[in-house]
Amino acid sequence: MDAASALADLTEISSQVEAAVVIDDTGAVVASTLDDAERSAQLARVALDLLGAVDKRFEPGGRALTQLEAALWGGSVFVARGEGQSIVATTSPGPTSGLVFYDLKTCLRSLAELKSEETKPARPKRRSAKTQADADA
Amino acid sequence: MRRLLALILFVGGPILYLSRRRDERRERVHLYYDDGSMVTLERGAPEAEQLLAVARSAL
Repeated sequence: MDAASALADLTEISSQVEAAVVIDDTGAVVASTLDDAERSAQLARVALDLLGAVDKRFEPGGRALTQLEAALWGGSVFVARGEGQSIVATTSPGPTSGLVFYDLKTCLRSLAELKSEETKPARPKRRSAKTQADADA
Repeated sequence: MRRLLALILFVGGPILYLSRRRDERRERVHLYYDDGSMVTLERGAPEAEQLLAVARSAL
Protein backbone atom coordinates (compact mmCIF):
# COMPACT_ATOMS: atom_id res chain seq x y z
CA MET A 1 0.00 0.00 0.00
CA ASP A 2 1.22 3.49 -0.81
CA ALA A 3 0.05 6.94 0.28
CA ALA A 4 -2.32 7.26 -2.67
CA SER A 5 -4.07 3.97 -1.90
CA ALA A 6 -4.31 4.92 1.80
CA LEU A 7 -6.14 8.07 0.70
CA ALA A 8 -8.30 6.07 -1.70
CA ASP A 9 -9.28 3.84 1.24
CA LEU A 10 -10.11 6.94 3.25
CA THR A 11 -12.50 8.37 0.68
CA GLU A 12 -14.06 4.94 0.20
CA ILE A 13 -14.67 4.47 3.94
CA SER A 14 -15.62 8.05 4.77
CA SER A 15 -18.34 9.27 2.44
CA GLN A 16 -18.29 12.65 4.18
CA VAL A 17 -14.75 13.46 3.04
CA GLU A 18 -14.82 15.39 -0.22
CA ALA A 19 -11.09 15.99 -0.63
CA ALA A 20 -8.02 15.03 1.39
CA VAL A 21 -4.34 15.88 1.12
CA VAL A 22 -1.44 14.40 3.06
CA ILE A 23 1.46 16.77 3.71
CA ASP A 24 4.82 16.47 5.37
CA ASP A 25 6.21 18.83 8.02
CA THR A 26 7.47 21.26 5.38
CA GLY A 27 4.03 21.47 3.77
CA ALA A 28 4.94 19.48 0.68
CA VAL A 29 2.11 17.40 -0.75
CA VAL A 30 2.74 13.68 -0.19
CA ALA A 31 -0.54 12.43 -1.63
CA SER A 32 -3.88 13.87 -2.65
CA THR A 33 -7.33 12.74 -3.67
CA LEU A 34 -7.49 15.71 -6.05
CA ASP A 35 -6.30 15.61 -9.64
CA ASP A 36 -5.59 19.33 -9.59
CA ALA A 37 -2.07 19.87 -8.22
CA GLU A 38 -2.71 23.56 -7.63
CA ARG A 39 -5.78 22.85 -5.52
CA SER A 40 -3.83 20.22 -3.56
CA ALA A 41 -1.09 22.77 -2.89
CA GLN A 42 -3.75 25.26 -1.78
CA LEU A 43 -5.18 22.78 0.73
CA ALA A 44 -1.66 22.05 1.96
CA ARG A 45 -1.07 25.78 2.47
CA VAL A 46 -4.34 26.12 4.38
CA ALA A 47 -3.35 23.25 6.69
CA LEU A 48 0.07 24.78 7.32
CA ASP A 49 -1.43 28.23 7.93
CA LEU A 50 -4.03 26.85 10.35
CA LEU A 51 -1.50 24.80 12.30
CA GLY A 52 0.99 27.66 12.29
CA ALA A 53 -1.58 30.19 13.50
CA VAL A 54 -2.73 27.92 16.31
CA ASP A 55 0.82 27.08 17.38
CA LYS A 56 1.76 30.74 17.38
CA ARG A 57 -1.23 32.29 19.10
CA PHE A 58 -3.15 29.70 21.04
CA GLU A 59 -0.50 27.33 22.30
CA PRO A 60 -0.79 27.14 26.05
CA GLY A 61 2.28 25.79 27.84
CA GLY A 62 3.13 22.19 27.23
CA ARG A 63 0.11 21.20 25.18
CA ALA A 64 0.45 20.26 21.55
CA LEU A 65 -2.33 20.54 18.99
CA THR A 66 -3.24 17.17 17.53
CA GLN A 67 -6.33 17.96 15.48
CA LEU A 68 -8.45 20.87 14.38
CA GLU A 69 -11.88 21.37 12.88
CA ALA A 70 -13.10 24.58 11.32
CA ALA A 71 -16.88 24.38 10.82
CA LEU A 72 -18.17 26.81 8.20
CA TRP A 73 -21.49 27.37 6.45
CA GLY A 74 -20.18 25.86 3.24
CA GLY A 75 -18.52 22.84 4.84
CA SER A 76 -15.82 21.87 7.30
CA VAL A 77 -12.05 21.74 7.18
CA PHE A 78 -10.32 19.07 9.25
CA VAL A 79 -6.61 18.85 10.01
CA ALA A 80 -5.07 15.91 11.90
CA ARG A 81 -1.43 15.82 12.87
CA GLY A 82 0.69 12.69 12.87
CA GLU A 83 4.40 12.06 13.30
CA GLY A 84 6.09 13.80 10.41
CA GLN A 85 2.89 13.96 8.40
CA SER A 86 -0.46 15.70 8.62
CA ILE A 87 -3.69 15.27 6.75
CA VAL A 88 -6.16 17.95 5.73
CA ALA A 89 -9.67 17.16 4.54
CA THR A 90 -12.75 19.06 3.48
CA THR A 91 -16.31 17.85 4.00
CA SER A 92 -19.85 19.01 3.28
CA PRO A 93 -21.65 21.04 6.01
CA GLY A 94 -22.59 19.31 9.27
CA PRO A 95 -20.27 16.28 9.19
CA THR A 96 -19.98 13.76 12.02
CA SER A 97 -16.73 15.15 13.38
CA GLY A 98 -15.77 12.14 15.48
CA LEU A 99 -16.07 9.78 12.55
CA VAL A 100 -14.11 12.05 10.21
CA PHE A 101 -11.29 12.43 12.74
CA TYR A 102 -11.25 8.68 13.33
CA ASP A 103 -10.93 8.01 9.60
CA LEU A 104 -8.22 10.66 9.19
CA LYS A 105 -6.23 9.21 12.11
CA THR A 106 -6.59 5.71 10.69
CA CYS A 107 -5.22 6.95 7.37
CA LEU A 108 -2.27 8.66 9.12
CA ARG A 109 -1.56 5.48 11.10
CA SER A 110 -1.44 3.34 7.98
CA LEU A 111 0.87 5.87 6.34
CA ALA A 112 3.16 5.80 9.40
CA GLU A 113 3.24 1.98 9.27
CA LEU A 114 4.07 2.16 5.59
CA LYS A 115 6.88 4.59 6.29
CA SER A 116 8.35 2.44 9.06
CA GLU A 117 8.24 -0.64 6.80
CA GLU A 118 10.12 1.28 4.11
CA THR A 119 12.84 2.39 6.51
CA LYS A 120 13.19 -1.07 8.11
CA PRO A 121 16.24 -2.94 6.71
CA ALA A 122 15.38 -6.01 4.66
CA ARG A 123 15.90 -9.22 6.65
CA PRO A 124 18.03 -11.85 4.95
CA LYS A 125 16.08 -14.94 3.90
CA ARG A 126 16.62 -17.89 6.20
CA ARG A 127 17.23 -21.19 4.57
CA SER A 128 14.67 -23.80 5.54
CA ALA A 129 15.80 -27.03 7.20
CA LYS A 130 14.85 -29.00 4.09
CA THR A 131 16.96 -26.81 1.82
CA GLN A 132 19.84 -27.07 4.27
CA ALA A 133 19.56 -30.88 4.25
CA ASP A 134 19.46 -30.92 0.45
CA ALA A 135 22.60 -28.78 0.34
CA ASP A 136 24.41 -31.05 2.78
CA ALA A 137 23.53 -34.16 0.79
CA MET B 1 -57.98 23.87 23.34
CA ARG B 2 -57.25 21.45 20.52
CA ARG B 3 -56.79 24.38 18.13
CA LEU B 4 -54.35 26.05 20.51
CA LEU B 5 -52.32 22.86 20.82
CA ALA B 6 -52.25 22.47 17.03
CA LEU B 7 -51.13 26.10 16.67
CA ILE B 8 -48.33 25.62 19.21
CA LEU B 9 -47.14 22.51 17.39
CA PHE B 10 -47.47 24.16 13.99
CA VAL B 11 -45.48 27.26 14.95
CA GLY B 12 -43.23 25.97 17.72
CA GLY B 13 -42.08 22.82 15.96
CA PRO B 14 -40.44 24.49 12.95
CA ILE B 15 -38.93 27.22 15.16
CA LEU B 16 -37.38 24.64 17.45
CA TYR B 17 -36.13 22.61 14.49
CA LEU B 18 -34.64 25.64 12.72
CA SER B 19 -32.96 27.00 15.84
CA ARG B 20 -31.36 23.61 16.47
CA ARG B 21 -30.20 23.46 12.86
CA ARG B 22 -28.77 26.97 13.13
CA ASP B 23 -26.88 26.06 16.28
CA GLU B 24 -25.50 22.94 14.67
CA ARG B 25 -24.27 24.87 11.67
CA ARG B 26 -22.77 27.81 13.51
CA GLU B 27 -19.29 28.71 12.33
CA ARG B 28 -16.63 27.78 14.87
CA VAL B 29 -13.22 26.23 15.32
CA HIS B 30 -12.49 23.26 17.57
CA LEU B 31 -8.91 22.72 18.70
CA TYR B 32 -7.95 19.33 20.14
CA TYR B 33 -4.79 18.90 22.21
CA ASP B 34 -2.65 15.89 23.03
CA ASP B 35 -3.70 15.98 26.70
CA GLY B 36 -7.29 15.30 25.65
CA SER B 37 -8.52 18.85 26.12
CA MET B 38 -10.52 20.78 23.55
CA VAL B 39 -10.96 24.50 22.95
CA THR B 40 -13.87 25.90 20.93
CA LEU B 41 -13.52 29.31 19.32
CA GLU B 42 -16.87 30.77 18.32
CA ARG B 43 -17.35 33.09 15.38
CA GLY B 44 -16.87 36.68 16.47
CA ALA B 45 -13.84 36.01 18.63
CA PRO B 46 -10.76 37.61 17.01
CA GLU B 47 -8.80 34.35 17.25
CA ALA B 48 -11.60 32.44 15.52
CA GLU B 49 -12.02 34.99 12.74
CA GLN B 50 -8.41 34.56 11.62
CA LEU B 51 -8.68 30.76 11.54
CA LEU B 52 -12.11 30.79 9.86
CA ALA B 53 -10.81 33.13 7.17
CA VAL B 54 -7.95 30.74 6.40
CA ALA B 55 -10.27 27.71 6.44
CA ARG B 56 -12.79 29.46 4.19
CA SER B 57 -10.20 29.61 1.43
CA ALA B 58 -10.07 25.80 1.39
CA LEU B 59 -13.76 25.40 0.50
